[in-house]
Amino acid sequence: MKWEVVIGLEVHAQLSTHSKIFSGASTAFGAEPNTQTAAVDIALPGVLPVMNRVALQKAIRFGLAIGAKINQTSVFARKNYFYPDLPKGYQISQLDLPIVEGGEITITVGEAEKTVRLTRAHLEEDAGKSLHEDFHGMTGIDLNRAGTPLLEIVSEPDMRSAAEAVAYARALHGLVTWLGICDGNMQEGSFRVDANVSVRPQGQEAFGTRREIKNLNSFRFLEQAINYEIQWQIETLEDGGRVQQATVLFDPDSGETRLMRTKEDAHDYRYFPDPDLLPMKISDQEVAAIQAELPELPSQMKARFVEQYAVSSYDAALLTANLEIARFFEAIVAEQVEGKLAANWLNGEFAARLNREEKTLADSPINPVRFALLLRRISDNTLSSKLAKQVFDAMWSSELSADDIIERDGLKQVSDVGAIEKLVEEAIAANPKAVEEFRAGKEKALNALAGQVMKASKGKANPAQVQEILRQKLA
Amino acid sequence: MIHATLKELTRALAVRELSSRELVSAYLDRIAAVNPTLNAFISVAERESALAAADAADAARAAGQAGLFTGIPLAHKDLFVTRQLPTTCGSKMLANFVSPYDATVVERCQAAGFINLGKTNMDEFAMGSTNESSYFGAVKNPWDVQAVPGGSSGGSAAAVAARMVPVATGTDTGGSIRQPAAFCGITGIKPTYGRVSRYGMVAYASSLDQGGPMAQTAEDCALLLNVMAGFDGRDSTSLDVAAEDFCRDLQQPLTGLKVGLPKEFFAAGLDGDVARVMDETVQQLKQLGCDIVEITLPKTELAIPAYYVIAPAEASSNLSRYDGVRYGHRAAEYRDLNDMYERTRAEGFGAEVKRRILVGTYVLSHGYYDAYYLQAQKIRRLIADDFQAAFAQCDVILGPVAPTPAWNLGEKADDPVQMYLADIYTLSVNLAGLPAMSVPAGLSVQQRPIGVQLIGNYQQEARLLNVAHQFQQVTDWHQRRPAI
Repeated sequence: MKWEVVIGLEVHAQLSTHSKIFSGASTAFGAEPNTQTAAVDIALPGVLPVMNRVALQKAIRFGLAIGAKINQTSVFARKNYFYPDLPKGYQISQLDLPIVEGGEITITVGEAEKTVRLTRAHLEEDAGKSLHEDFHGMTGIDLNRAGTPLLEIVSEPDMRSAAEAVAYARALHGLVTWLGICDGNMQEGSFRVDANVSVRPQGQEAFGTRREIKNLNSFRFLEQAINYEIQWQIETLEDGGRVQQATVLFDPDSGETRLMRTKEDAHDYRYFPDPDLLPMKISDQEVAAIQAELPELPSQMKARFVEQYAVSSYDAALLTANLEIARFFEAIVAEQVEGKLAANWLNGEFAARLNREEKTLADSPINPVRFALLLRRISDNTLSSKLAKQVFDAMWSSELSADDIIERDGLKQVSDVGAIEKLVEEAIAANPKAVEEFRAGKEKALNALAGQVMKASKGKANPAQVQEILRQKLA
Repeated sequence: MIHATLKELTRALAVRELSSRELVSAYLDRIAAVNPTLNAFISVAERESALAAADAADAARAAGQAGLFTGIPLAHKDLFVTRQLPTTCGSKMLANFVSPYDATVVERCQAAGFINLGKTNMDEFAMGSTNESSYFGAVKNPWDVQAVPGGSSGGSAAAVAARMVPVATGTDTGGSIRQPAAFCGITGIKPTYGRVSRYGMVAYASSLDQGGPMAQTAEDCALLLNVMAGFDGRDSTSLDVAAEDFCRDLQQPLTGLKVGLPKEFFAAGLDGDVARVMDETVQQLKQLGCDIVEITLPKTELAIPAYYVIAPAEASSNLSRYDGVRYGHRAAEYRDLNDMYERTRAEGFGAEVKRRILVGTYVLSHGYYDAYYLQAQKIRRLIADDFQAAFAQCDVILGPVAPTPAWNLGEKADDPVQMYLADIYTLSVNLAGLPAMSVPAGLSVQQRPIGVQLIGNYQQEARLLNVAHQFQQVTDWHQRRPAI
């Protein structure tokens, strides 16, 4: 049987505010346990939450960026459950009237574009952390993270493969960092993904029973976990089994998901509007002010790159995957480099190199200005693309400019007509057979001759000129 | 000296007729003398530290740096958190809890110069109408130690009635200031929801809880409310309105004031003594120039079920934090996490608190929420609408505080529903968020005090206090004292 995969994601993006969502305590990561905890965060008797307006504004910023509806009356609700790292015994979250409803994000998978719809995005507070090691059978509680503002972003079940889910998660990650509302640090838990995965026979309309994979903190784990889960579900069904609605955890060591709890032991969260927080009222002016401050969005910038720099839609998508690469690209083209050339290099050689060395753009040893000079040397025919790669490699491991390396290694492309003519004449004289074949109409024979010329020049002759002069001489 | 009103004390201190040291000393003596009988206090300030505060107040006064209330004692209901004394909420759960911060109300009173002499007894987590649910034992009514003092602010009411302090703070979620004030023959006001900051006031039912003053007279209530009320950025439900002087209208004549009598408040079930006191009060107000109009509050009876859904629902969530993890009681032995929660809460909470947590958990549960909680919220809106319709016809509403005077200790302790029904005249005010006060207006044949209730429209505290003050100019019920 052919199976169709259905995936929806819930992403918890930590909003980058200085203080917590309902208290004045700092949100900085990595402090000594329980040192960033105000009375409100540890739920002392009598404390009350006060909304951090900055967190609200960041949520609105996100909503506007995805074309969503902003609920100008938005309500906080209590989600009640007992857990030692949840100090109040309830989490302040949103149920009805979340701050953001609807919206969509366009993703690119391979050459194809697809729109993923969002259900909602709501504000909530994070819980603390339970530490099970180092306490001799007891559990340590660190409440530094308790009350950190989160935006929970829920997608529709619009994705049909792990690759699409990863593309969506990456696009979302790119957008929230682009907007400056989340630092995107996945190791520190600033961007955590839950994946709802189900399968159904191809052509069937009703969804299959889903299982939710909790707390994936890298794109690689997201992909692995979903693929494992898909395979597990299909095998289970094909063996005549049934998928039970459940929450599972992904174990990166085994590459498998394992059952955490089934629907039967799911909590009844007893949501109700939080009486300590009046419904938030957001004025038209406040929304308009946030709208006015929105930066150019990835989708807008992508369209502009296609228009302004004549790059392909595919390249433009890659160049707008995050704000850093987009800025890097624009810094290069600002140095009189042709957009298409810059795009080819950034998405090709440069991306491959970063990937190979598991580096991010921030770690790149080549800055846009140095990069631009290299690319200009290609445009002005100083370097062939082959030589340029050699120079690029040398630049990667040194501080030298492209010109310094060309000079040092004598890599300058030979475009001197006289010198090339001389080499061409030598090649013609040395290869009468090839000359004869070419004259008999065998076009390929020209490449053999050109190859001889390039070889004789040690790769430095301008390949276009070699071709041109060969044709002249053989005409 | 201890029988003086707050107003009189401010004058006596200002003209140096007495010192704060004398005052503090006299009240501490009084507490030492009668508290063993009445059990109004859960904790009392150390004599030494209270006298040191009194000396500092006297010194400030000598230096010309005293405010109106500098050096005057008061007591706080034991759910306003204080650094100085434990805050127990009348519960085993917090029997040894000392807050690392002061409630806004505590801060404001301290900043105004008041000296806190102790924390008053109360129904556990403010859940109760008799003070019998306190882990620290019931408070006795100073008028008759066989009688309940009312609740949940029964300790504050008894402390003021027995002159252990001139004034005290209380809180009112469904009548917890007004009913004990009535039962103990003192004056109390529950302000408009949002007037007094709830920061540091341990929550029972957040959308209903409101702090307020308890005192001998309406004027004293106005003076203390001036200190307690005010916008607080730490409470998101705090009313962001300009400060006002609640004494400003005390002297206004009542000529032409329209007093509404809701016919539902005078229906079957009203005790004969209470009905008589109501009649006398109406006559008195007529003599003061008021026009009496009959009004209707048709949803009055629905206030009881609505309240006993909404308040427990909020309480069930508010009290989840008492889990034994960070502070408060924790069971000595337990098998695992759930066992720790279960034993801690089974041991730490009393029966009434458990009952309300269970009810609250039930009404919020999946499948029941719409039928109970949502329905109760709809009733709540209808009740508020009833009041608005009534205030189109009258300026203030007059009615009983409770259907009967104080009953005997133990009389209703085994019948929670009977107890809940006795809240019928006070609950709707909290559901609507309105200000209301309790004013002493008579005694029962058993010589137990009876209070009448005045209800005003939003932010009309000054008017209520005006009516009560004028009433107290021509009556002496507020000056009657228990024999103790």
